Amino acid sequence: MPGSTRTKRVVTEVPSVVDKRFNAITMGAGISVLVLLLLVGAFLFIQSSNAISETGVLRFLTRTEWRTDVQPPAIGVMGLLTGTVLVAFVAVLFAVPLSVFCALAITEYSTARRRKWLIGVVDLLAAVPSLLFGLWGFLFLSDKMIPISTWLTQNLGFIPIFSTEQNASLTGSIFIAGVVVALMVLPIITSVTREVFSQTPPGEKEAALALGGTRWGMIRAVVLPYGRGGIIGGSMLGLGRALGETIAVALLLPQVPQQIGESIHILQNGGATVSGFIANRAGADAFTTSGLMAAGLVLFIITLATNMIASVVVSKSRSGAGVDL
Amino acid sequence: MTAIAERANPMSQNSTLVTERPAIGRATIIGGPPPGAATLEARGACAWFGDRLVLEGVDLVMPAGQVTALIGPSGCGKSTFLRLLNRMHELIPGAALDGEIFLDGTDIYATGTRAQQVRMRIGMVFQKPNPFPAMSIRENVLAGLKLARLKCDEKDDLVEQSLLRAGLWKEVRDRLDSAGGALSGGQQQRLCIARSLAVQPNVLLMDEPCSALDPTSTRRVEETIDELRGEVTVVIVTHNMQQANRVSDTCAFFLAAENQPGVVVEQGPTRKMFENPDDPRTLDYVEGRFG
Amino acid sequence: MSTETLSPGSSASSSSTSNASRPTPQRRARRPREFTNFDVWVLVGSIISALCLNWLIFYRLTAGASLFGFLLCSYFTFLAIFGVVTADRMGRLVATDRVMTVVVVSAAAIVFVPLVLLIGYILLEGLKALRPNFFISDQEGITPVLPSTSGGASHAIVGSIEQVGLALLWSLPLALAAAVFLNESRSKWRRPVRIFVDAMSGLPSIVAGLFIFATLILPFAKSGNPLFGYNGFMASLALAITMLPTITRTVDVVLRLVPDGLREASLALGASRARTVFSVVFPTARTGMTTAVVLGIARAVGETAPLLFTAFGYDLMNSNPFAGSQESLPLFVYRNIRKPDIAAIERGFAGALVLLLLVVALFALARFIGRDRSKRRGAPKGGGAAVRTNPDDPFNSPTSPSTSADADATATGQSVQEPMTS
Repeated sequence: MPGSTRTKRVVTEVPSVVDKRFNAITMGAGISVLVLLLLVGAFLFIQSSNAISETGVLRFLTRTEWRTDVQPPAIGVMGLLTGTVLVAFVAVLFAVPLSVFCALAITEYSTARRRKWLIGVVDLLAAVPSLLFGLWGFLFLSDKMIPISTWLTQNLGFIPIFSTEQNASLTGSIFIAGVVVALMVLPIITSVTREVFSQTPPGEKEAALALGGTRWGMIRAVVLPYGRGGIIGGSMLGLGRALGETIAVALLLPQVPQQIGESIHILQNGGATVSGFIANRAGADAFTTSGLMAAGLVLFIITLATNMIASVVVSKSRSGAGVDL
Repeated sequence: MTAIAERANPMSQNSTLVTERPAIGRATIIGGPPPGAATLEARGACAWFGDRLVLEGVDLVMPAGQVTALIGPSGCGKSTFLRLLNRMHELIPGAALDGEIFLDGTDIYATGTRAQQVRMRIGMVFQKPNPFPAMSIRENVLAGLKLARLKCDEKDDLVEQSLLRAGLWKEVRDRLDSAGGALSGGQQQRLCIARSLAVQPNVLLMDEPCSALDPTSTRRVEETIDELRGEVTVVIVTHNMQQANRVSDTCAFFLAAENQPGVVVEQGPTRKMFENPDDPRTLDYVEGRFG
Repeated sequence: MSTETLSPGSSASSSSTSNASRPTPQRRARRPREFTNFDVWVLVGSIISALCLNWLIFYRLTAGASLFGFLLCSYFTFLAIFGVVTADRMGRLVATDRVMTVVVVSAAAIVFVPLVLLIGYILLEGLKALRPNFFISDQEGITPVLPSTSGGASHAIVGSIEQVGLALLWSLPLALAAAVFLNESRSKWRRPVRIFVDAMSGLPSIVAGLFIFATLILPFAKSGNPLFGYNGFMASLALAITMLPTITRTVDVVLRLVPDGLREASLALGASRARTVFSVVFPTARTGMTTAVVLGIARAVGETAPLLFTAFGYDLMNSNPFAGSQESLPLFVYRNIRKPDIAAIERGFAGALVLLLLVVALFALARFIGRDRSKRRGAPKGGGAAVRTNPDDPFNSPTSPSTSADADATATGQSVQEPMTS
């Protein structure tokens, strides 16, 4: 084959003037989204410089207290971060098993009609504003949860995280906030895992059943291994949402940062999260606001990182290609 | 190998074909299906998808230890009938059925009979090879045991026997722990056969097992079917007339007229069906004049 | 898909009547049952014995405990009893399967519980203070001694409408253009943009408010220009940031469902790319896009966090979104329930009820728009053939579990004809 003598002919499309403008506009829109996100980070950084330069980056990141009444002001984000992470973990701990079972109920245990219903309910749960969850949790669920908290601390109090101080109030605890946030992240975890489960190759499912597997056996042998990436990614996505959850947590927790040396009691009143703390300090003085910006920047980076990792995990898994988060 | 040879299967000695080859033993599985082949019988079997009747009034006996081929043009309900035989049909939303399927005299659709029990005794090989990609070859073969929670003390023997029966042992003996999905299409299909055989079923259903395979692999699968004669009842759906002629003892011809449910036009010994069938449509079909 | 659920018995009779040439006996489908009556009794018995056992422990042997704890313990006791009994009758394999079935089904049922409790609670509490004047008056002259039925939230409702409306005005064109960019262009920037849109949808909404505060309010604080102070306009910008990724992503998904053949057909007719998008792609995906926008609105209406730093909240009517702090419905709720007096909390609940009804209405509207149209347009009678054309291929569409996108897909498929024929 005299391939060496051949040259490729490159076809170039010359767009019309209208198309050129159209392409420019859509491209501009796409890029502007990208720029917007970068701007968010940049402006939070600029506005936080005042507080950070006063306290120092390392001190700000590691200090647990938040005091503006002393000179120089001692503010740090660590106390807030502990609360944020604890609430998010409690939430994910409750939400993940429930979501996975719910997704299984939708994909493996339902008829087409019931499936539609279940998806509708989960979607509706996602549509309920965070504020209403917070309101409901704050004034209704909180009271109903106290007996459980009491039982846990009385019977499992020897485990450090379940311990409480003498005569401590059990309302407004990280545990209760976590349960409410769990309800809020449940829909997103459910929808990601459901998407992934529904893409399990039917041939493999049939093979497992034809070998004499029960439905649960089939799920364990085929569906869960196939959907593992989706479960992990969905959980991380839920974690990201839980970390940024604001209004419900602002209502549920007293928003007092953890103090140095204080041990963590998730069952008793106390705790603060970055977003809830920021929400409760709206309209504060210039220095506090600058500190809030810094805290917001930390939250921004953490949630962004969590979400990005989650996206990568889902899309890299065998099942996740073609799943929209 | 000697240990296996000692545990020669009493069933296999009845078969004239098996005596010519070294006998493949049988590892004991606790709680598995009873040994030996079983007779399957369909009486008045009907199937619906939604409100469409696709199969009507099929009466067919699939004798123990023999190979029964189901032939007919596409869309005439052969695969549906096959899936009725081990209760895979009911997995499809909107699917319904009527009639009875007897496995050694008991109706597999009787109230209280679990599909899982039935499927353990009646294995199935699908048109498209579907090994579990996350499992190794060994795990794939043993998947049925794990799924049905059966116990076997001689797992290595069982893997070897099953792969030997499926004609795959020589090719994979050195890489039993590599992934099942990495095999070629023909090997994957034989792995699926080995996987079905590992549970030691009484009946093996094959839904066009060779349609996605090259001629060499097809030959290997046909040899496997031949070797299984006498030990397991085999029911095979095939579009390949030569294949049906080569491997089967009895044959059933399915046909569906336009917008009509599929029915069995004729059934009988393969030789008769191919040489002088009673129904002219059968002759037309086996000689390739339509369908 | 609905046609599948028709009873096979009736259909069989219809098919047998239709072909009179070959009479077939009336056939009725057989329903194989794995669950015998005895199994049902085992289930019921396990529930009853678990309840009794726990009742004994909770209310007789120990001093009472909460109902919730009682139910929780009863549930686990029930699982244990049911599992043990089934294992004894049918072996561990079946027991595991049945226990897991119960667990999965009850997990799905549990999702209903908080939803029902939440809606019920807010309905109950909200109705206490909800009067017609809630929609007419604002909080002028409201003192803590006045009953909760006095005053209203008209200022909040006006604020919400203005803020969300403006936010839609900013975000919708941008979101549509970005979604078109993600789907219709062949730029190498698509991938990073998609990643960033994904990341942005996980952005805590308070950060959006904080961002607007940091860029547009704080630097101009000394200028005294009311446009760059706390106002509804700033709130709309913050809301736009939270809506942008939501709408972009849903529209992106909908546009992806438009078959490529349609685009090619349009291009082959000599249309430009822009023309193709406006005349073929958008009309085809119209319902899905509307659904996306309605859901975006539903989300934005309930957002509170971004407003704290932008609209700030105000007790009186301020219908000018460009000057002065403004109330919105979620802010009204948030501010009132944090007040110490009961009347204010009750007013907050009234606002919460209005908000909930609004969100549910928008949700229902989105479902209504995006519903499966194939049913209404009259699938052919006796359309079993439409459900499944080839019985030898058991795994075509009906078995693949439908996702919410399916409705869009079918809707898209239905309206595909329109731009081509007209």
